[in-house]
Amino acid sequence: MIARIIGTWVAATLTIGILSFLYKDNPLYKAAEHLYVGTSAGFAIIYSWAFDVYPLLVERFDTNMAAHNHVEAWILLLPAVLGVMLLSRSNLTLPALAALSVLMIVFHHFSLILVVLAVLCILMFVSTLIDPGIDWVSRWSIAFTVGIGAGLTLTATIQGYLLPQISDTLRPLVNVNNIVVFVGVITTLFYFYFSREHRGALGAVSRVGIVFIMVAFGASFGYTVMARISLLIGRFYFLLHDWLPIIR
Amino acid sequence: MKLWELLASVDRRILYLLLSLAVALPLILKPKITVRVSDPVRSAFETVDQLPAGSVVMISIDFDPSSAPEVNPMLVALLRHAFRKDLKVMVMGHLALGLPLAEIALNQVAPEMGKVYGKDYVNLGYRPGYTALMVGIGRELRDYFNTDYKGVPIDSFEFMRRVHTYRDVGLLVSLAHGAVADAWIQFAGGRYNQPIIVGCTGVNAPNLYQYLHSGQIKGLIGGLQGASEYETLIQKPGSATLGMPAQSAAHGLIILLLIIGNVGYLLSRRKAKK
Amino acid sequence: MLKRNVPLIIVFFTSVILIIAFFIPHRPFGDLESRFLNWYAIVAGFTLLLGLDSLARHHLIQVFRRRPGWPYSLLLVLSLAATVTLGLYSWFKYRSPFDLRAPFMWLIYTPMIIPLQSTMFATLAFFIVSAAYRAFRIRNFAATLLLVAACLVMIGNVPLGGTIWRGIVSLVHAVAPSLDPARLDRMEAFAAIKDWLMSTPQAAASRGINIGLSLGGMAMSLRIILGIERTYMS
Repeated sequence: MIARIIGTWVAATLTIGILSFLYKDNPLYKAAEHLYVGTSAGFAIIYSWAFDVYPLLVERFDTNMAAHNHVEAWILLLPAVLGVMLLSRSNLTLPALAALSVLMIVFHHFSLILVVLAVLCILMFVSTLIDPGIDWVSRWSIAFTVGIGAGLTLTATIQGYLLPQISDTLRPLVNVNNIVVFVGVITTLFYFYFSREHRGALGAVSRVGIVFIMVAFGASFGYTVMARISLLIGRFYFLLHDWLPIIR
Repeated sequence: MKLWELLASVDRRILYLLLSLAVALPLILKPKITVRVSDPVRSAFETVDQLPAGSVVMISIDFDPSSAPEVNPMLVALLRHAFRKDLKVMVMGHLALGLPLAEIALNQVAPEMGKVYGKDYVNLGYRPGYTALMVGIGRELRDYFNTDYKGVPIDSFEFMRRVHTYRDVGLLVSLAHGAVADAWIQFAGGRYNQPIIVGCTGVNAPNLYQYLHSGQIKGLIGGLQGASEYETLIQKPGSATLGMPAQSAAHGLIILLLIIGNVGYLLSRRKAKK
Repeated sequence: MLKRNVPLIIVFFTSVILIIAFFIPHRPFGDLESRFLNWYAIVAGFTLLLGLDSLARHHLIQVFRRRPGWPYSLLLVLSLAATVTLGLYSWFKYRSPFDLRAPFMWLIYTPMIIPLQSTMFATLAFFIVSAAYRAFRIRNFAATLLLVAACLVMIGNVPLGGTIWRGIVSLVHAVAPSLDPARLDRMEAFAAIKDWLMSTPQAAASRGINIGLSLGGMAMSLRIILGIERTYMS
């Protein structure tokens, strides 16, 4: 109960601190801003460990070793090495990750992959101290992630977006809505064709496209207003209901 | 034209105060409003409503506290609806900061509806991987989620034993505040024909209408208005419905300011031409 | 060779395997695809840690050299350390950092992360109001169209639109009593206009814009796969 009251007051203070920026920049706002960055960064570390490294690497390694599936276990070394290579770009995280691995071994349970991970991190960290230019190894990890992304995106874009959307545009022009959609899509595409000057027929079609684009942007603005006001309503409700019980 | 010159030089902090009053007063006074339900939200509701009891609904938490006031009411309303229909709920997510919000919502709604963790719902937690995860789940869920968010093997939950791929999931609900919904539609929907409904922020809703039009999603709940419509359909008004009078007042204020600003602009332009 | 060519080979190999696996999901391509996607998830977790190094380094230097604003940097570093400590403790004790009983939740997430992140974005509402009053001007036909569409969507999105429509219906009924007010009321014109605007012309323009973006994205993916685009290596 006390913890809840204190938590509410802390949350209210931070909310007012951020909102105070609307009047002018001030120390309370700056403090709240730095607190936000610090806690978010800490959050990233916890999540990286608890929901990625531990379940997908450590737990899986241990499960495979327990089932005497040594190939499947040790092959996990490859993504671990790629991950450590990636961190050569931000080398302060390497000793931190090594320390975390050692903490796990001491306080949680022993796992061979944790030992290997700690050793890899230390080796990479020492390498970056000896030769700071060695961060080029992170290119291999980046190349792997970029290759996966490019390969997935190419097929998904065609199958998951282009084909269904084009197919839906080409409906029989038997009612106003189908005609509007067809004309809208075609003229919008023509507007974004900049290889030729927008004159003559192309110019006329582009101008129709602008009409559709402006309607889309206006609608987008209308919804954005609703979105931003909703966030403000959420904060005011917290202040007037949870903090000061004005709303009952 | 001195009045318009005066209005043009209004300190922005006066505008901020006006907005604050426009939002705060309706929250305090709670005027009664009627929520009209739109077709996209009705379609989303009916898609959930038509699922047979025992079907698995996968809810992807792709939002975080920055959009929680809009999307969280949708999550709560959807959970209430799903539990009322005796559907099995499987929660996971792509945004690390958003999963605790799901945990809070589940702990609020499940006891109300008499639902038990592990028997009626599970929280699988967060995994990085984004599109890789979306494609990978199409092969085997356990490649990414072998355990729930607490490290308990998912095969220890009875209804999860039969869930391996999208074929075993009756409906995917993406509650998103960015491009994640688009990714679900293109990867899970495009590649595996997974039925999808989307709940999203007002910023993303316009971009998702094209998917609704093409039938790639079965329903769309857009912004706080969409959330209040869904609450109306399940006959359990919540924070979204409570916020709509304030939303109305704020919209009215902004439209009024747009009109005043532009009238002043046109009059000063006419004066300049003279 | 190692610095330039090996990354290009990795990109080509991984993306081609994924594309082939799309068409031939059987062994060995399907298995390779599963394995690569799994590894991607693991490596993606490490990317969360990138950037923390420069953040920590910058603020630690601020603190140790007592540069202007160093107390804020100290607050940042301390909050980072406290979050990591509490998160690990919660993970050890409750097997999950976001168990509702965990100190990570009731000391860090609920009282700090939720209000800080929500309020940061909530302040945008004020900036929108200021922009609406000062900057949105109907200078030409396109701007007028944009503003009219925005106003119609804004009115149609909220119950205010229904109230205004009912007012209009009352006026119309006063002028032309023969018209059925209940039938006119049910039309909910502003909401109907908004629904049509969103589902038809707006959807069409969004589709056109996104088709263009998709084609551009595909071209970029091809350039990356073929090694023409190498900016990711810098």
